[in-house]
Amino acid sequence: MSNSTNFLLALENVTVSFDGFKAVNALNLYIDKGELRVIIGPNGAGKTTVLDLICGRTRVSEGSIKFKDQEITGLKEYEIVRQGIGRKFQTPSIYEDLTVFENLELSMPRGRDVAGALFWQRSAAVIERVHEIAKMIFLVDLLDRRAETLSHGQKQWLEIGMLLMQDPELLMLDEPVAGMSVSERAKTAELLNEIIKHHSVIVIEHDMKFVEKIAHRVTVLHQGRILAEGDMDTIQHDHRVKEVYLGH
Amino acid sequence: MSIIPKKKLDLELAGFALLAFMLVIVLPITVDAFRLNLVGKYLTYAFVAVGLVLCWGYTGILSLGQGVFFGLGGYCMAMFLKLEASSVANTKIQSTPGIPDFMDWNQLTSLPFFWVPFKSLPFAMIAVIAVPVVAAFILSFAMFKRRVGGVYFAIITQAVAAVLTILIIGRQGYTGGINGITDLRTLLGWDIRTDSAKYILYFLCCALLFGSMFLARFVIGSKLGRLLVAIRDKEDRVRFSGYDVAHFKVFVFCLAAAIAAVGGAMFTLQVGFMSPSFVGIVPSIEMVIFCAVGGRHSVIGAVIGTLLVNWAKTSFSESFPELWLFAMGGLFIAVVLAFPRGLAGLFTDQILPRLKRGGLSGAMPKPAPAE
Repeated sequence: MSNSTNFLLALENVTVSFDGFKAVNALNLYIDKGELRVIIGPNGAGKTTVLDLICGRTRVSEGSIKFKDQEITGLKEYEIVRQGIGRKFQTPSIYEDLTVFENLELSMPRGRDVAGALFWQRSAAVIERVHEIAKMIFLVDLLDRRAETLSHGQKQWLEIGMLLMQDPELLMLDEPVAGMSVSERAKTAELLNEIIKHHSVIVIEHDMKFVEKIAHRVTVLHQGRILAEGDMDTIQHDHRVKEVYLGH
Repeated sequence: MSIIPKKKLDLELAGFALLAFMLVIVLPITVDAFRLNLVGKYLTYAFVAVGLVLCWGYTGILSLGQGVFFGLGGYCMAMFLKLEASSVANTKIQSTPGIPDFMDWNQLTSLPFFWVPFKSLPFAMIAVIAVPVVAAFILSFAMFKRRVGGVYFAIITQAVAAVLTILIIGRQGYTGGINGITDLRTLLGWDIRTDSAKYILYFLCCALLFGSMFLARFVIGSKLGRLLVAIRDKEDRVRFSGYDVAHFKVFVFCLAAAIAAVGGAMFTLQVGFMSPSFVGIVPSIEMVIFCAVGGRHSVIGAVIGTLLVNWAKTSFSESFPELWLFAMGGLFIAVVLAFPRGLAGLFTDQILPRLKRGGLSGAMPKPAPAE
């Protein structure tokens, strides 16, 4: 079982520079198994870049990223996904021309090669699994709807559901409540609290009320470095955090 | 429980049946052998259009070089036929009897090594598929692994079409040059120039085309088909769902190439020659237009589009030969602006709802949710 030195995800001394600009600078970040970590920070702090680095979308310039003690820098995106890391994008990234059911079905971690996809059978187990997830993300009545016709909040849920279909050990959610109504936000918080029973989660979020509802541990990024880390209470009273958020 | 709109697929099957009825029964009875052979020629382009539906309509890979695969398939077939037509007895007036006439004109004194295996029909038939597929594989693997896509890929396919044309024209001792490989006569002793042979080849062409259409329908109906749509819409998301996107794009591109190549081989058999004018940029773009006019999201639409545009081309250019290119350009612009989903889209979006309102309503219940 896990102990505090046996991290699920460990970023050590990670730096990435774009033409000399260090978007992330010598960052150390450790995520435990079963942890829900919220990353906050002002615009341009490097939050999304950190997720991009973990999921292989951007290559690290220096440093190491280890997932379950395995180096994952240099792996292809789909290989990292197969290790057990799922990623939700900032703007809902779903297949608009397909139905909700098909969106979820495609995210199932089976039949991922050409032959597997060509001869894929929609078995009872597949249908059951899709329904199970659809219930969790409040879309079970909309399985036949084309994803394009969903509301913005429903699209966000659908993408979270697509991650859950993959059953990753680590979910990374980039602003999951952006553009959601108040009631949708509450339901999302409920969903997240359900998810963390079985998964580790990294969330990037701006909405402080939402963060308060879900946060266990918060990391504040500023200019590519960690400014503060701790529970919500500590963070809210940290004067440096106030400074970067409110200005000088 | 199926989520794929079953009604749509059934409608498609009905369309297939109607088209088959027209092509296999009505046309052979009503038109003469010459016109039927012309339809057969159009049908060979329809193979390319079916391939384009898969790789362009469904996956979003626009290829402006399908003529390459059509041509390679056609050339492989033509090489076999040419060797059979160039027996020592047929070519005894040449300075080197037994080799194709154009080689003799170009002072070649022996058969080039890569022509030798084409003496065998089984080899040639395998090559019809294998050569274009290998070419498509090398091209697409190199591009898609590096994530070259979209308009850049289209430009590269166009460049390949240009390169192959120049190569064929420039190496005329080996390829027949700009005239192509002509004067094809027999297939294992069976004269392909007679009317009866043309009828048989026409029916063979129809059978193979419907085979390709069903293959395309199978692919589209599978999970792979939905994955292709997903790749077209959100390639990144597919990657982050754990798929190696490049493999799927390579697969569909090679499949489109294989289907186009069968069309090319049938072209050679029915028309009796193969030349670089069916390989280059212009024919490749024309094939994209056929597909766009018919509807790039519909297999049957693409086939019908090909037939209609070619029929229009033939009848139009018989009366106003100089205006045809303008008409073609105008048609393409009209399609893009007015009905981007082509004739098939026009049918499903405009005509079908009207039919339904006119009495067939109620026959189309709302699809039940998945069980």
